[in-house]
Amino acid sequence: MGKKTLIMLLMAAMALVLYPLYESYQGSEELTELGQYYASNGVEDTGAANLVTSVVVTYRGLDTLGEVTILFLAASVISFFLSFGKENRIENRNMRTVTEILTTSTQVLVPMIYMIGVYIFVNGHLTPGGGFQGGAVIASGTLLMFLSNPNFKISHTVIHVVESTSGIIFVTIGIMGVIMMEGGFLSNKIMDFGTYGSILSAGAIPLIYTFLGLKVGTELSNVLGIFVESQNEK
Amino acid sequence: MMLTVLASILGIASIVGAYFAIHHSKLTIAIIATGIVSLVASIMFLLLAAPDVAMTEASIGSALTTAIFFFTLNKIRQINNG
Repeated sequence: MGKKTLIMLLMAAMALVLYPLYESYQGSEELTELGQYYASNGVEDTGAANLVTSVVVTYRGLDTLGEVTILFLAASVISFFLSFGKENRIENRNMRTVTEILTTSTQVLVPMIYMIGVYIFVNGHLTPGGGFQGGAVIASGTLLMFLSNPNFKISHTVIHVVESTSGIIFVTIGIMGVIMMEGGFLSNKIMDFGTYGSILSAGAIPLIYTFLGLKVGTELSNVLGIFVESQNEK
Repeated sequence: MMLTVLASILGIASIVGAYFAIHHSKLTIAIIATGIVSLVASIMFLLLAAPDVAMTEASIGSALTTAIFFFTLNKIRQINNG
């Protein structure tokens, strides 16, 4: 029996195992108990117009901290394994020429992409999106810069300073909730809720998301920078 | 009804993309196919009213991951060519 037949058989068996799940699936008309709590008390508890944000940043803020930690660890491991000494660096690697279309469109698009990224994380408590999404959009803008100019370098000092201060401020805001006795770790009640639906509302959520967006954006940009730089290794 | 039709088209597109990603002999095309799978998935998330997940999938899944795959492929080729 060939390898492909075996794979096909395995896939068929998986389908057979998973079929009862599909067969017995019934879309439920009502929310679960926890979901109902979030839906009915979310606005009152957090003041955020976007309910997803209130769950991600406030109710389950600890999970978000965990996600940030995982991303940080991944970025650290990548930079640890892909770094190399100066003596192993190829100077003036010959690269494919960049077309006029790409350079011009980069000049037009990159500021807009950065602006959209910042918009996404600043408005995280009002519209869909948040720190992670905004940061990823910013990193894709940086990717465009790398593609249009192979010799483009991002300043490691700026990246590291922005990234570490954002991380420290994020955790400090979290601890502030404990110190000020306002609903525990990573609570957004340390600041005034403001007017519901305005940009300065939902307590500390805009602040947390801004620093989260900066952290994720610089971290992913740094990962891309490391990958681009690793092309120059002998 | 509309959603079902669209979802079926997107589902077929993602299966075709996944097939190419595994079986195409040229690695560059396989990488682009994985990007297309992510892009289709992000449209699906948007249709299912999860715009924030769609944003993450579109930027990380189809942009950053594809780029990192290409960087890695280039590196592997450099090493193989000596």
